Amino acid sequence: MVLAGVLSMATMPAWSQTPAYRSPRTADGKPNLNGIWQALNSADWNLEGHAAAQGPVDALGAVFAIPPGLSVVEGDEIPYLPVAAAKQKENRADWVKLDPEVKCYLPGVPRATYLPYPFQIIQSHENIMMAYEYAGAVRVINMGAPTKAPADSWMGWSNGHWDGETLVVDVTSQNEDTWFDRAGDFHSDALHVVERYTLRSADILNYEATIDDAKVFSRPWKISMPLYRRVEKNARLLEYKCPEFTEEILYGHLRKKGSK
Amino acid sequence: MRHRVGSAAAFAAMTVILLFAPAPGRGQSPAAKKAWTPPRTPDGQPDLQGVWTNNTVTPLERPKGLGAKEFYNEAELAAAIEKERQRLGQAEEEGRGTEAGTADDVHYDFSQFGLDRAQANLAWNRRTSMIVGPEGVIPPLTPEARKRRAERRAKAKGHEFDGAESRPLGARCIVRANVGPPLLPSAYNSNLQILQAAGYVVIESEMIHDARIIPTDGRAHLDKNIKQWMGDSVGHWEGNTLVVDTTNFTDLNPFEDAQNLHVVERLTRVDADTVLYRFTVEDEGMWAKPWSGELPMTRLQGQIYEYACHEANYGLANTLSGARAAEAEAAKRAAAERK
Repeated sequence: MVLAGVLSMATMPAWSQTPAYRSPRTADGKPNLNGIWQALNSADWNLEGHAAAQGPVDALGAVFAIPPGLSVVEGDEIPYLPVAAAKQKENRADWVKLDPEVKCYLPGVPRATYLPYPFQIIQSHENIMMAYEYAGAVRVINMGAPTKAPADSWMGWSNGHWDGETLVVDVTSQNEDTWFDRAGDFHSDALHVVERYTLRSADILNYEATIDDAKVFSRPWKISMPLYRRVEKNARLLEYKCPEFTEEILYGHLRKKGSK
Repeated sequence: MRHRVGSAAAFAAMTVILLFAPAPGRGQSPAAKKAWTPPRTPDGQPDLQGVWTNNTVTPLERPKGLGAKEFYNEAELAAAIEKERQRLGQAEEEGRGTEAGTADDVHYDFSQFGLDRAQANLAWNRRTSMIVGPEGVIPPLTPEARKRRAERRAKAKGHEFDGAESRPLGARCIVRANVGPPLLPSAYNSNLQILQAAGYVVIESEMIHDARIIPTDGRAHLDKNIKQWMGDSVGHWEGNTLVVDTTNFTDLNPFEDAQNLHVVERLTRVDADTVLYRFTVEDEGMWAKPWSGELPMTRLQGQIYEYACHEANYGLANTLSGARAAEAEAAKRAAAERK
């Protein structure tokens, strides 16, 4: 595969070059990925490396400034086609208005993984559910014979299989309305994401996603990051049903005058 | 004019085939049935997994005039099924003909886009109401609850269309009544999926992609300061039955004005294609006594799909802009009358 060359071990970050770890097994003998997981980085602010910056609401000062972060993109930069690079700049300039996360829209994949909220893997012996705290987003990964989506959707269509210790999920049929981050990084409806989840130790899950979209990028590219187990006693996904927090943005202009 | 498209027609045809398949164990209590041993998951839990529907024509409360009659007899059930079959026939040819290209021709047709409950797989049973017992209705509200309700309604009166927050939770795509708990059927899309992992059972309602993740490891409820739309559910197994205990509700869902709601659900797989769903609802400050109900969940072939509600909530925007337009019109009329 082309990818193999692009994504050789030489370019992989040191943390992902781990000695083989054999995951604990479920009762049916599969690597056991059950648990509540969360990224601990600022990838949702910007997949690429970024310095700290003033936040969008001056009144919130240091509470909602943009935190700095290292790139989670292999090779540091997303390989946009020239027209797409221009669009990304426009998105970024107007992100508060345009970012679907601000509107509490379903996040799509891979963004759901590294939003600043936990998600839970529920690994049944049949299929695998990923439930995300943000917006109550959810997807069920079909672990049987691969199936095809009847239509595009926000969370796409996930077919999974095991590659040794790794859960590989092939995600297609995502609509073009989701983004990758708050920096305006985007894709088209031709997006194809292949995710790889591999336990590197009891409480750390390596996450990699290869992103291909010939309408937007000059070649496939890859992000990778560790996900950490939420080990608190009684760790739970709580409700973050955010539509109500967006009502003023989305429907405020339709409010009866003087009613608030 | 008929708006049906090929794939919708095929889908509808498929569901019609499912429609009148006899529902197993109709209306019988599990004790009356010969014991059936459910399969187990690899880690030894009774296996409740699958895609199910609790779609039914059985009302939550017993229709007036039936008194303490808890079950229809077979002939009455057959008549009800026949009536529903006829209703379905009408739904397919619903309404008068309209002319293509006219505003008149633009209308919502449940039989094509929403799958009316009569078109989907129906879990027929002999119960006259989901609520069990001689009364078959939700007990009367306590005086305090009546007062709370009256106050809330008086405050809301005249402001029903002020802003998004004035609209019902379902219209705002926050939570739909079918999710409960208790899980109750909806007019359409009463579909759900159950998945199990070691220490967890998840019930995902298709509408609105709400996954209730129920730990079964004996842990305690969330602390009382955390109130959630769907409450907080913890579960345990009693033999082949999953018992789910839910507290930590808001006072808005699923029962407005209930302040200390406690719901206990019991899910028992009674045969390959049926889960018997029983529930008890209690809140001393709300109802004079607890009330209980039951209904079957029937296996669906196929899977559930993404129900993205908020992302395309034209209904809410249109409702509010309609209200504003009506106000503007009324103001214009009033001004004209003054002249």
